[in-house]
Amino acid sequence: MKIIVPVLAAAAIALASGTAFAQRADVVIGVVLEPPHLDPTAGAAAAIDEIVYANLFEGLTKIGPTGEVLPALAESWEISEDGLTYTFKLHEGVKFHDGAEFSSADVKFSLDRARAEDSTNAQKGLFAAIENVEATDPTTVTVTLSRPQGSFLYNMGWGDAVIVSEASAAGNMETPVGTGPFKFDSWAKGSSVVLVKNPDYWGEAVALERAEFRIVPDAAAAIPALLSGDVHAFPQMPAGDALAQIQSDPRFEVVIGSTEGETLLSINNGKEPFDKLEVRQAIAHALNREEIIAGNGSGLGTPIGSHFSPANAAYVDLTDTYPYDPEKAKQLLADAGFADGISATLKLPPPPYAREGGQVIASQLRRVGIELEIIPVEWADWLSQVFTEKDYDFTVISHTEPNDIDIYSRPDYYFDYQNEEFNAVIAELDATSDEEKRNELYGQAQRILAEDAVVGFLFQLPKIGVWDAKLEGMWENSPIQATDLTQVKWAE
Amino acid sequence: MTIFLLKRVIIGFVTLLVASVVVFSIMEILPGDPARIMLGMNATPEALATLREQMGLNVPLLERYVNWIAGMAVGDFGNSYTYRSPVIDLIAERAIVSLPLAVISLVLSTVIAIPVGIFAAARRGRLGDTVSMGTAQIGVAIPNFWFALLLIYVFAVWLRLVPAGGFPGWTGGIWPGIKALILPSIALALPQAAILARVTRSAMLEVLGEDYIRTARAKGMPRRYVLWRHALRNAMIPVLTILGLQFAFLLAGTIIIENVFYLPGLGRLVFQAITQRDLIVVEGVVMLLVASVVLINILVDIAYAMVDPRLRARA
Repeated sequence: MKIIVPVLAAAAIALASGTAFAQRADVVIGVVLEPPHLDPTAGAAAAIDEIVYANLFEGLTKIGPTGEVLPALAESWEISEDGLTYTFKLHEGVKFHDGAEFSSADVKFSLDRARAEDSTNAQKGLFAAIENVEATDPTTVTVTLSRPQGSFLYNMGWGDAVIVSEASAAGNMETPVGTGPFKFDSWAKGSSVVLVKNPDYWGEAVALERAEFRIVPDAAAAIPALLSGDVHAFPQMPAGDALAQIQSDPRFEVVIGSTEGETLLSINNGKEPFDKLEVRQAIAHALNREEIIAGNGSGLGTPIGSHFSPANAAYVDLTDTYPYDPEKAKQLLADAGFADGISATLKLPPPPYAREGGQVIASQLRRVGIELEIIPVEWADWLSQVFTEKDYDFTVISHTEPNDIDIYSRPDYYFDYQNEEFNAVIAELDATSDEEKRNELYGQAQRILAEDAVVGFLFQLPKIGVWDAKLEGMWENSPIQATDLTQVKWAE
Repeated sequence: MTIFLLKRVIIGFVTLLVASVVVFSIMEILPGDPARIMLGMNATPEALATLREQMGLNVPLLERYVNWIAGMAVGDFGNSYTYRSPVIDLIAERAIVSLPLAVISLVLSTVIAIPVGIFAAARRGRLGDTVSMGTAQIGVAIPNFWFALLLIYVFAVWLRLVPAGGFPGWTGGIWPGIKALILPSIALALPQAAILARVTRSAMLEVLGEDYIRTARAKGMPRRYVLWRHALRNAMIPVLTILGLQFAFLLAGTIIIENVFYLPGLGRLVFQAITQRDLIVVEGVVMLLVASVVLINILVDIAYAMVDPRLRARA
């Protein structure tokens, strides 16, 4: 018996170590979804960018914490008078993680690859205006556009536009090679992706030595993962309804920010009777945003009146265009010839904001005489039935791409909305690079959509960030899908 | 015995073939475009078409089925649509988590359940029986994910003895890996043990009522000896059946526990693959699970024959 006691004690110590002392240059970030692979130029999954963007891969430009365009691999640029030629001056002494020298040839390769005929870049549209890319000299790249594009510098800051090296591009899905301050260390499939500090980084060195992205798919598991100290931060906390427990705990910081996700009650504008403006106006009057937000699973979110992020400088508050007024809604429906009501379907994808928020919406619309049959659909079904085949009346979905108001001008998009006036504004926007003028045009575009009540504009999806109170430098908002760790460090 | 085995193996192969047709057709009927899921809402039509071509989704159905079967026959399960790596590697990576988890849980549940079942049967109607079967009833009723969360709060959050979840892999040594599997295997083993204990008890009771037990007792054989030597051996048939079913369940049915403990196991691989319409992965894993169930059934049949000579003679 005497032998067993020390053995047990030793075992207990062995069990306890490893979780008790956190290393101060080491961080574990919790993510909900595992990336399918790690190449941001070959997939739309936000999970890819949320690991590699700005940490591992860099583009010519970079999107900063408030959505601004910052220089990255390009230290500066010049734009010709006509807005057609962009001359980028590149940083010198930049190396890829495999030791290869970075030069203008890599930029040419990356951009040409993304816009090539056989490209499977998920955001191929970003490169549509490029006519020619030329490596003028090792540190200069000249990009010629076929038409002026006001958002070109912003577009080059997307994760889908990062610069890769020809020698390693094919292997980026499994072993990504970039130019960023962190380099790839390992990926235990289904479990975690580990990045380590790149000692040869060309820019400002990062404070962290090692960053692990741990996949925690279950909302119920996220809280114990934080409480036990296994995970130090969730940039996007999955458990919205259990937040109170964490909020009252001084060891953690809870930061509610904004995403680029405009959450909509999408309406099929091509289908009777939703092609009638009065009907859509009635729907807009029937929606009580406060109630929908309270019932969206987290109870958080900023009401929106058009398709634009309130965090953006060009945002116009249009939430009062059609204020909540069920009587007026009924009146409008009656005027449009639907005094007896309308029945339709509401297809809901899996996220809680849709499944739970959808219930609230259905009951609000019932009050004005629109009877909705709720049909839950899987994500894959949603993409094929609703998004591709437009086989739907209503759906609830968050459009998470940044600055994507132009989707309403796309022909054949699933809203089936056509408005020449709106398209003209978008076309002008596309050709304008002056910041002030752009913001004004963005305002016009927002107003047209709001007045046309194209869809039910609900709320901006919140970014619920939770992290160890000693961790500094995490982003409050997510102007782009990213977990930028370049400024993250532990407080003393 | 050889004919008995041969028959079993042939039936096993037929089962596999039928399963392959069923699995393949169900997956093909399922709506959803894997290329669209990869490239998302902003993808251009050309990019989608290119990706579909690369994934081999444009190949006719029958040809795809034949290629798939022919590949599997030589151990090639194809390439995952989403991960773009061989399915067999993905399965192997996940099996090193799921297999130990299933084995530990099974051992744990057997070690707990069989003695408890025998104990309860031997004290039928007395306090020991009531308490142990009452506990087993609770064990059956408690949802294992809730029990798992309870374990996490006590042992990971409060006592900090083990991690709350995740799997560090086996490369850092056996111990960290085992440590990560302790709570999940307890959470999995408890409900299984509860069922197994109840089955053991009723099987034992049935056997204990047989004439030969009375004879053995009558000729003066000690009670303990009768119980362990004569009764248990004959009560093993239903217990083995349940054990076989449980092992199959433990391999595939652990999706919930794997989610709660965020373990990268087979259950989660299938779950993820279904939502991403990574059909080839789903098909491969399901076929492998069918194969393991078939194999387990054959093993259980052999075990039957070992504990019961009558079955051997009949075959």
